[in-house]
Amino acid sequence: MESNFYTEPTKYNDLRKWVCSTDHKRIGLLYMASIFIFFLVAMMIGVVMKLKMLSAGTTFISARTYNSLFTVHGVIMIFLFIIPGIPAALGNFILPLQLGAKDVAFPRLNLYSWYFYIAGAVCALTSLFTGGGAPDTGWTFYVPYSVTTGTNVSLAVFGAFLLGMSSTLTGLNFLTTIHRMRAPGMGWFRMPLFIWSLYATGWVQLLATPIIAITLVLVILERLFNVGIFDPSRGGDPILFEHMFWIYSHPAVYIMILPAMGIVSEIIPVFARRTIFGYKAIAFSSLAIALVGYLVWGHHMFTSGMSDTARVIFSLLTFIVAVPSGVKVFNWVASLYKGSSVISAPLIFVMAFIFLFSIGGLTGLFQGALNIDMHIHGTYFIVAHFHYVMFGGTGFAFFAGLHYWYPKIFGRMYNEKIARYACGLMLIGFNVLYFPMFILGWQGMPRRYYDYPAQFQALQRLSSVGSWILVAGILLMFHNLVKSIRKGTPASSNPWGGKTLEWQTTSPPPTENFVEIPVVTSGPYNY
Amino acid sequence: MESEQHFVVTNKTFISVWAALVALTVITVLVAQAHKGNTSVLVPLVIATTKASLVLWYFMHLKYEKKLFKLMLLVPIITLLVILGLTFLDIWFR
Repeated sequence: MESNFYTEPTKYNDLRKWVCSTDHKRIGLLYMASIFIFFLVAMMIGVVMKLKMLSAGTTFISARTYNSLFTVHGVIMIFLFIIPGIPAALGNFILPLQLGAKDVAFPRLNLYSWYFYIAGAVCALTSLFTGGGAPDTGWTFYVPYSVTTGTNVSLAVFGAFLLGMSSTLTGLNFLTTIHRMRAPGMGWFRMPLFIWSLYATGWVQLLATPIIAITLVLVILERLFNVGIFDPSRGGDPILFEHMFWIYSHPAVYIMILPAMGIVSEIIPVFARRTIFGYKAIAFSSLAIALVGYLVWGHHMFTSGMSDTARVIFSLLTFIVAVPSGVKVFNWVASLYKGSSVISAPLIFVMAFIFLFSIGGLTGLFQGALNIDMHIHGTYFIVAHFHYVMFGGTGFAFFAGLHYWYPKIFGRMYNEKIARYACGLMLIGFNVLYFPMFILGWQGMPRRYYDYPAQFQALQRLSSVGSWILVAGILLMFHNLVKSIRKGTPASSNPWGGKTLEWQTTSPPPTENFVEIPVVTSGPYNY
Repeated sequence: MESEQHFVVTNKTFISVWAALVALTVITVLVAQAHKGNTSVLVPLVIATTKASLVLWYFMHLKYEKKLFKLMLLVPIITLLVILGLTFLDIWFR
């Protein structure tokens, strides 16, 4: 293997080579390792929850423990895995390479963001074992319960605050990098679509995250000093918390999904061997999603006691945000049409993404309709919906990107056959796990309940079996990827025949990415 | 690197801005005490925006910056305005 950033001499020769490095590639890998460790932890918590749901009533865990389990599962999956996931891990590694830059605009700030992430994670995890015990509010920390519960909400919320700092700084770093550090000749419309999606994400991270930060600080103040801002008896308003929480947390959904869509737009032209259909439409739809995504948070609160005027307007806006997402799906499918497709693991993951994301997206529209939402709000239907979008969508796209850029990151190939089996297993397990939840929710099974009546037994059990298949698939995939870091066959610079700049340098890249900064003379998908 | 230009702002300007800030604070307090329903929310919001703009414009020298910086500042302001507007669609029409 040629000299690369792993082998080139650095200032330190111990662990500091990693934790004190300002190289975006090393920071990306630091994020990747930490993010996947947390993912596996939260995944196992999910498995325990499904194991409990095999039977009704109290079995091996109590109702109270179940409350803590779904809270911790949600907090870790949302704040430690899926929000930072693609931008911080793959984005950090790939963004400067795709731009033809040596690093991000603020390398030290980049490392600082990772420390914020770790500090936030430490706080969130410490909260499980200290004070009044693991928070039991659900990841949404709704008042008044989050203000009155004796569990350790303050520390968990402070952890989420620090994670928000990390996310904001990463967004700022990426925006500046994209504006200032594109290779000569790379105009805005010659940028790869993954970059466009990170650009849209960066704005959401920068403008929405401070709102959750202030909201979480208010919860802490309320708990410690009883300020009264969410207390109606003192002129406060509990629904104000929901507004402030979702003003961030809905755009956060787009922080999660936009980079995933970027990966899909990147993989399809490479494996279909043709230029992407509607480049500008995809680029602008990312911006449109980021923009309109700001204005739809109220659809989480249709049953909370909001005014009718607000409900109607938020419902309308929710239907509008589906349009740019639809534009993307049609463009992806049109790009595959009449392409000379090379069926390989990244493309298979992308196909799974399109299938699962379409189900997730369309069931989201059910809930955008006011009358239907009255029926299914707070049921398993919503749990199924957001797992289809977040895991079926973002998760599968993350794995697609991981397989796609794996040879670039590690300089080796994984076992293609195992990767395909793992994807198949995950796809089957995923649907067996989550599809019954749509039916259960429609029949009235509420989310976050640890007990259920006898008529839900069969579907609950089917769903639990699905969780085992899914986990088997995930573990197989990780086994393949981890093992191949050392044992895989060496990869060439450009094993997929990609046209974007990351494929123009060696695998893995040298410390400053390119021996000579490349000059861009055409669009990114010139097949 | 270009050397930054320094604009001399007269003490008179600074004092007038300070006086305006104090006056606006007084109005905020008076409006809050008047208990005028929706107006007691809207007026302080408008005043707070005006005060922040005065500080940015004169004390932080935004007035002498390039147009791009002024435009960039508009992005978060508009975002906040839209967010507040949508929130009040709920609160005012309950």
